[in-house]
Amino acid sequence: MKATSRAFKANARRALGDANLQRAMVNLRTGFAERRAHAAAQLPEWEELRTQAVAIKKDALAHLDFYLEAFEQKVIANGGQVHWCRDAAEANETVLAICRRLGAKTVTKGKSMIGEEMGVNDYLEANGVTPVETDLGEYIIQIRHEPPSHIIAPAVHLTKEQIGGSFRETHRDLDPARPLNDARQMCDEARAVLRPRFLAADVGITGANFLVAETGSSIIVTNEGNGDLTQTLPKAHIVLASLEKVVPTLEDAATILRLLARSATGQEFSAYTTVSTGPRRPGDADGPGEYHVVLLDNGRSALLGGEFEDMLRCIRCAACLNHCPVYRAIGGQSYGWVYPGPMGSVLTPSLIGVEVAGNLPNASTFCGQCESVCPMKIPLPKMMRHWREREFQRHLSPQAYRLGLAVWTFFARRPALYRIVADLGARFLGAIGSGRGRFRALPLAAGWTRTRDMPAPEGRSFMSLWAAHQAKRVTR
Amino acid sequence: MTEKPRVALFVTCLVDLFRPSVGFAAVKLLEDAGCTVEVPRLQSCCGQPAYNSGDRKSAQAVARTVLSAFAGFDYVVAPSGSCAGMLKVHYPALFADDAAMATTAHAFAGRTYELISFLVDVMKVERVTARYDGVATYHDSCSGLRELGVKAQPRKLLASVEGLTVREMRDCEVCCGFGGTFAIKYGDISDKIVGEKADNVRASGADTLLAGDMGCLLNMAGKLERVGDPTKVRHVAEVLAGVAGPALGEPGDDA
Amino acid sequence: MNGTREPILNSIRRALKRGPLAPEVAAACETRLVTHRRNLIPARAQTLPPRGQVELFVKMAETVNATVARVKQADDVPAAIADYLSGLNLPARLVRAPDPVLDALPWNERPLLETRRGVAADTDPVGVTACFAAIAETGTLMLHSGAAGPTRNNFLPDTHIVMVRTSQVVAAYEDGWDRLRAARSRDGVFAMPRTVNFITGPSRTADIEQKIELGAHGPRRLHIVLIDDGEAA
Repeated sequence: MKATSRAFKANARRALGDANLQRAMVNLRTGFAERRAHAAAQLPEWEELRTQAVAIKKDALAHLDFYLEAFEQKVIANGGQVHWCRDAAEANETVLAICRRLGAKTVTKGKSMIGEEMGVNDYLEANGVTPVETDLGEYIIQIRHEPPSHIIAPAVHLTKEQIGGSFRETHRDLDPARPLNDARQMCDEARAVLRPRFLAADVGITGANFLVAETGSSIIVTNEGNGDLTQTLPKAHIVLASLEKVVPTLEDAATILRLLARSATGQEFSAYTTVSTGPRRPGDADGPGEYHVVLLDNGRSALLGGEFEDMLRCIRCAACLNHCPVYRAIGGQSYGWVYPGPMGSVLTPSLIGVEVAGNLPNASTFCGQCESVCPMKIPLPKMMRHWREREFQRHLSPQAYRLGLAVWTFFARRPALYRIVADLGARFLGAIGSGRGRFRALPLAAGWTRTRDMPAPEGRSFMSLWAAHQAKRVTR
Repeated sequence: MTEKPRVALFVTCLVDLFRPSVGFAAVKLLEDAGCTVEVPRLQSCCGQPAYNSGDRKSAQAVARTVLSAFAGFDYVVAPSGSCAGMLKVHYPALFADDAAMATTAHAFAGRTYELISFLVDVMKVERVTARYDGVATYHDSCSGLRELGVKAQPRKLLASVEGLTVREMRDCEVCCGFGGTFAIKYGDISDKIVGEKADNVRASGADTLLAGDMGCLLNMAGKLERVGDPTKVRHVAEVLAGVAGPALGEPGDDA
Repeated sequence: MNGTREPILNSIRRALKRGPLAPEVAAACETRLVTHRRNLIPARAQTLPPRGQVELFVKMAETVNATVARVKQADDVPAAIADYLSGLNLPARLVRAPDPVLDALPWNERPLLETRRGVAADTDPVGVTACFAAIAETGTLMLHSGAAGPTRNNFLPDTHIVMVRTSQVVAAYEDGWDRLRAARSRDGVFAMPRTVNFITGPSRTADIEQKIELGAHGPRRLHIVLIDDGEAA
């Protein structure tokens, strides 16, 4: 997917003025966030599960080479294939080669963020294979030619009027006079439109929430049933998964699964959690004839053993997005690439470069809510700060801020000098402001005073008043 | 005979520059709780602006001046969750690569507290004698809440203020959008967030907004004033210490 | 793409600042896979006696919009299904999975109930399957693929009806996995099925303005017929 992260500020400005988006973002607060809190409260063992989940992932990552090889052995033993791909280009070529060999004309897709990273839809289309998104949210943004705005609810930024409008424009063979006013009607229409596509598809592509080394399995966590129809009906099931998805055993997967749905939507378990292992077996009543796991590196291995390794524990639940005041203000498309919100702010620079995505880790108040709701205890603010450190070292931050910061730091490191300047500054600002009590405009601070007043200082610094106070005490 | 604890007050740059009355309120609360209070003169800033901007070296340099100026006290107390968080949680991390400084930073962190939680958790203060007629709502500043566990303590002491009713607002734990330089660098996003906070303040029906962090308070007061809202904004220490005087943003009578 | 395996493994090792794992470390990892030890399992279902687990299963399933009908014996199942369908004015026409467990049921007792045996087609409005286990913890059904279990029968029909015996109810997912391993291991080698489905309630989506709608692509109704065959095994 092409990145527009450089245009973050412009994207955000547009988003703030988008009434439809703002209306839609209100739903996030009362929807996912409240339900997550309720689900976590229902499980007394919540904190202990988080601790164990972290330990499982740390073990998996510390021995990633072993578990990936074990995974591959089991996949092969069950009749499947693993394709090791260093980057998106290799992965796309692999997927196309399978499609071509099978003479595939259409391919159904379950939701896959790796697929977005790869840009697999555009690649397949350019090469004569038609991809059909089947997750309702992904289908909606596919027909609108938009990028996803949330990693589990891709169309969360849209109102039902916008969705209904897109359905009317796209499903032209249906009666134009039909009612399409509520979610029920739209859901039924999508079901009817997509059912024949499921049945006609030659190849089905899904992502993977987990890969299980013990059994050579992939696991998808869905609610609609589209991922299951996608992987069961066609001739081949292709799984797109990045390296860090692997966990050692089915028991380890069960532990993390207990955190996933609860953190994502507040459900105790998703409607469909499906464990797939290899192609259909001799005697099976149905199932795909081939099973391929496309294992994608695309920058993951480089994160191991470094400052951002903890990011590889992410299970893509989107709790951090749902609780982030910045994400809720500007929506996911403002971030300009596949992964938005706090997790996107850490991951995106590492995958596409901090020169492109530098705004993302800077657009945070470090409120810490993301880290506190993350089921995998990922220290997101700390890693955003690491990005800021790298940008600072490489002089990537805007010159004006570097200068302002340098001036501030010059004095802060020299408390005696700082005192003189601070005492003078407090007097000056207090003198010009205290009559009104506030400033409506301030040089260099238009970002603040455009929409807020700045309360005026009281007029003397505390330290100068304290010195005077102490002097009085002594002489009394 | 037990000696009174020697507390060094870390004023914070925002209190020092904008609102000294908070510093005096802090001193009064600490002295009333049985501490002797000193204010080391050679203090400036906790270093957070540099730290959060990625300038580790400068942050370390500022931190060194703090560690030096505040050495030798029983406790170091700051009327700010974010500054106290910087001193207590981030100084040890800042010197992770320097064994000697890390030891100093760890020892320092062990003695450092945010003001209200120090009064309640360490000095075991149960009530204050102040009076305030009004209905107040309390904003939980992010660092204080999530880094230092400041939540129940201010509410406990506010409950003892005569004439005061505390009414919780919706989303009191959600960020106000200040975030230091964030409020200027990403001013329009910050404005959206503080706009929602202002809506929640208004919806609570309180006539007063309190919090424990000057950054948050300046941000929220600035927004409330711009939209013409009359809610009075104060630092919680002012109310607990019974400090009179204009609320944030109200015209002062001294020059 | 075998040629790219080594470069990726090398990249991993380089980042972790080591070569391939030392034999004893690799052995420990292998042991982890082979012993597949359980992590913490929530007490919710674990601490209940079998009867209690059955009641919990029913309660959790109903919370997620599945419906549950209870019968005393397997022979009552076709009648229970016929009653369920007529009660909702649904077509009295179903496809049943080619499963010996279902074959044994007296379908003829309800002649107005049309049953077809086999793999579901898009035109089948109702599908009936058996299942492997029922997880009390979250009201979750565990089904798997095989000759008797076409996976699409769980997803294509509008209404999915599942036959469950109380002896199939277990506390937690891990219990389900242990039963599956026991049922499908020969000479210590566990043969996983192609597909294991954990189904918790009917299909749903909240993709349109966060409003939950049932029946996205999978069944909009999940009906469980629970046969009380005594204490859970």
